[in-house]
Amino acid sequence: MKIRIIVTLKPGVLDPQGKAIQHALGSLGFAGVADVRAGKLFEIDVADDTDDAAIDAMCRQLLANTVIENYRIERA
Amino acid sequence: MKTAVVVFPGSNCDRDVAVALREVTGTAPTMVWHGDSDLPGDIGLIALPGGFSYGDYLRCGAIAARSPIVAAVKAAAERGVPVLGICNGFQILTEIGLLPGALIRNQGLDFVCRDVALTVANDRSAFTSGYTAGDAVRFPVAHHDGNYVADEAVLDRLEGEGRVAFRYAEAVNGSARDIAGIVDERGTVLGLMPHPERRIEAAHGGNDGRRLFEGLLAAVS
Repeated sequence: MKIRIIVTLKPGVLDPQGKAIQHALGSLGFAGVADVRAGKLFEIDVADDTDDAAIDAMCRQLLANTVIENYRIERA
Repeated sequence: MKTAVVVFPGSNCDRDVAVALREVTGTAPTMVWHGDSDLPGDIGLIALPGGFSYGDYLRCGAIAARSPIVAAVKAAAERGVPVLGICNGFQILTEIGLLPGALIRNQGLDFVCRDVALTVANDRSAFTSGYTAGDAVRFPVAHHDGNYVADEAVLDRLEGEGRVAFRYAEAVNGSARDIAGIVDERGTVLGLMPHPERRIEAAHGGNDGRRLFEGLLAAVS
């Protein structure tokens, strides 16, 4: 079973990479880009019987720092 | 005093901090590999050195914070053994949960590598007893992810409890309230981004950092 985990900085946490990308898009002439937030995507192949709790634990224990980041789990 | 330096893959200031500890305590520290599960007995100080453990993959300090040795570091910290985390060591301490908040990419996106002016914010911890609050010092910094963040309630608590140990006296990385280093509730765990171990003798351009190690030794002996 393939799952995707998307980790993003929480709203309000400064995202300097996102800001730099936003600025670069503006430099390329793309008008109206109000904000960019950069994040991370993990594609993980797990055993089919892996339960939700285990995937959630992976996120909380390692993949995301919940002080500054949110995570979202998507099943392929 | 017996000391230990934990060495992670990618640590590059482990020898610098070992030299500083040997100079000040008169005894070479035990270098402990991250994959070990035990620290030496009757240890008086544990140092988590600067560097780029695991290449800063995932997040700076994240993978190191899940190393086998960390359980022993946490247990020692809970017994009151002083733990000093410098730069990557500070990042690891926040990832372990021994210190609050997190360190994110510098506000200006630049890797900052230079001497910076700092103010000693509080001299009541063992780590800062060699200074007087308000002292101006200069330590080198070398980091890409030194921007300290925590929510407002945490920041207020750190300030209210006198747990901000060092503050930047100049703009460096965008850290909340110019925080360069903080201690835990008991004042026995210090995390700071600048490198006092790189400023212990005249050949380093000054010895402001030496007082941290000397003060610590005096406070815990």
